[in-house]
Amino acid sequence: MTAIPIPHIRQRPSTGRLLLYAATSLLLVFLVAPILVVFPLSLSSGELLVLPTPGYSWRWYADFFTSQRWLLATYNSFVVGILTTLIATTLGTLASIGLYLGRFRGKAFVLAVLSLPMVTPVIVTAIALYFSLSAVGLGSTLTGLVLAHTVLSVPYVLLTVLASLQAFDPNLLRAAASLGASPLQSFYRVVLPLIMPAVATGALFAFATSFDELIVALFIASPDQFTLPRQMYAGIREFLSPTIAAAAVLIILLSVVLLMINETIRKRAIRHTLPPTDRTP
Amino acid sequence: MVTKRNLLAAALIAPLLLLVLVSFIVPLGATLYRAVEDAEIPTILPQTTALLKQWDGEALPSEQVYRSLITELRDAQEQQKAGPVLNRLNFEETGLRSMLLQGLRASGRFAGSTKEGLIALNPRWGDPQFWGLVKRSTGPWTPLYFLRSVDLKLGPDGAVVPTAEEEAVFIKLFLRTFEISLTVTLICAVLAYPIAYTLSILPQVWTNIGIMLVLIPFWTSILVRTTAWFIILQREGPINALLISLHLVDQPVTMIFTRFAVYLAMVHVLLPFAILPLYSVMKGIKPDYMRAAASLGAPGWRRFLRIYLPLSMPGVAAGAMMVFMLSVGFYITPALVGGSGDQMISYFIAFFTNTSVNWGIAAALAALLMGMTGVLVAIAWLLVPGFRAGGVRV
Repeated sequence: MTAIPIPHIRQRPSTGRLLLYAATSLLLVFLVAPILVVFPLSLSSGELLVLPTPGYSWRWYADFFTSQRWLLATYNSFVVGILTTLIATTLGTLASIGLYLGRFRGKAFVLAVLSLPMVTPVIVTAIALYFSLSAVGLGSTLTGLVLAHTVLSVPYVLLTVLASLQAFDPNLLRAAASLGASPLQSFYRVVLPLIMPAVATGALFAFATSFDELIVALFIASPDQFTLPRQMYAGIREFLSPTIAAAAVLIILLSVVLLMINETIRKRAIRHTLPPTDRTP
Repeated sequence: MVTKRNLLAAALIAPLLLLVLVSFIVPLGATLYRAVEDAEIPTILPQTTALLKQWDGEALPSEQVYRSLITELRDAQEQQKAGPVLNRLNFEETGLRSMLLQGLRASGRFAGSTKEGLIALNPRWGDPQFWGLVKRSTGPWTPLYFLRSVDLKLGPDGAVVPTAEEEAVFIKLFLRTFEISLTVTLICAVLAYPIAYTLSILPQVWTNIGIMLVLIPFWTSILVRTTAWFIILQREGPINALLISLHLVDQPVTMIFTRFAVYLAMVHVLLPFAILPLYSVMKGIKPDYMRAAASLGAPGWRRFLRIYLPLSMPGVAAGAMMVFMLSVGFYITPALVGGSGDQMISYFIAFFTNTSVNWGIAAALAALLMGMTGVLVAIAWLLVPGFRAGGVRV
């Protein structure tokens, strides 16, 4: 049976519709405009953060890339971010598989304990780590910061990978075993490729969490361990120079790159008919 | 078979569990324990503590107790360790710090008995009530910090009484935190609704663009977005420049460091958290229901109120819950764009940890904040179906 073609009627949108579209457009502008405003400010040739800018120049970017403090902060952010991502993704993925395989009581409790850092207000985590890291001599170290960021970002890895494992068909493991694959082989050849998009998404979230994290850094980082957000915060508090706007633009561009990578992973995962592993709709 | 499988599972979970236990659960527990711990006086004045444990609490303690307190306090002061003791006792009753310091300075000049010298200096030294306060502070636990964080304290007789008006700041702080969080949640829910609805009915191309415009701020760090508002709302900032060039105002309007700035920036930061769950719920509402209602003769507003609104409610609830939970713990945004009267609980936890060092109060506030968040999570988990699906990214 073929569907009866519905005649295409082009209606003039009602006033209500137009109002709705106008409101939505305005709100979307409200969401994006403050982020866009930083771009011209960062390119100002003047010393003040005013619009319209007196002229345009790259001087504040030059300032960023020649300043010891900003370069150190960038370096620290990447070192902490990458280490956090590696540890959180590895341990988080292994634990997710463990939680998927395990048939024991208290599994929900273990999951709750592991995701507790996600629902704990960050300030509480920050002071807890401030007290204990200084007690064991890890205050004011990058190691302490990596530990803290790992704990904060591991729930995201755990939840994304677990969600994708829910859709994993255990018969595939039996099939692999029946074909003579060792458990390790079937992990590498069967499980890992299937959950890879979720692992990648989790890793991306872990990196973004660490890269954006400020509150823990406020408590446990001395100037030598300042990350980009921490350096930015110090800059805002001391002297509001357009270098901060330049730093903000660079961070925004990195966030957009991360977002694009995430969207690509998500679209590929959908195309491969895997369930969407991302929380974004 | 199951055992072998569970062993493998345990081996896979163990490394992460160990990491989270050591670098999160244990520190968290130790920190929250500070809210009830009373260790300053027993550790720094051990001998006085032991003597006071034997004291009956009725008559004045003996000369030995007076001398022990002064000697131990002086030793502590020489090693720069007296601060916590003085703070602890001053927290019990404002003014005890100066009284102890005065006694400590004068004690070197006492010819005869320390007890008589001190009492001559300040009659309060001869008050058994004062010694009651000291004895009460010898640990191991105290309810004082929790009481203080809800504007209560222990009277000299041990009864729970309200704190003096100028010290009663914490209930106000909790109310303010709730007021800001509720307002932000309400604004976010109201603004998110039309956006999410429009995005759910637009042709796919436009939806994709709209969702991108929501996701870009969602992925941009909170600090960067707050910084943007910090710059925009300055007295010489772009908004004031615009208002003046349009001749809407003559003088720059003060926007930064106001409650308005806090609401504006917080709504901007949290709005995507309200839009995204609402959008995914609305996307799942079949247009058939609305058509059915229309075919039965329901007018537009009625279709909306009776069909669409109830069906989209789980999305509103999930988004609102998320926004409220995140707002209650907000720190950076109010700290940067708010004034001194716009700071929330998190700010004071930081303040009592770093600036005015009173770790007991910081821990008690942290425990209460955690408890509140825990209750919210539990409510959301039980009542809001969309909540478990939605994620949090702070």
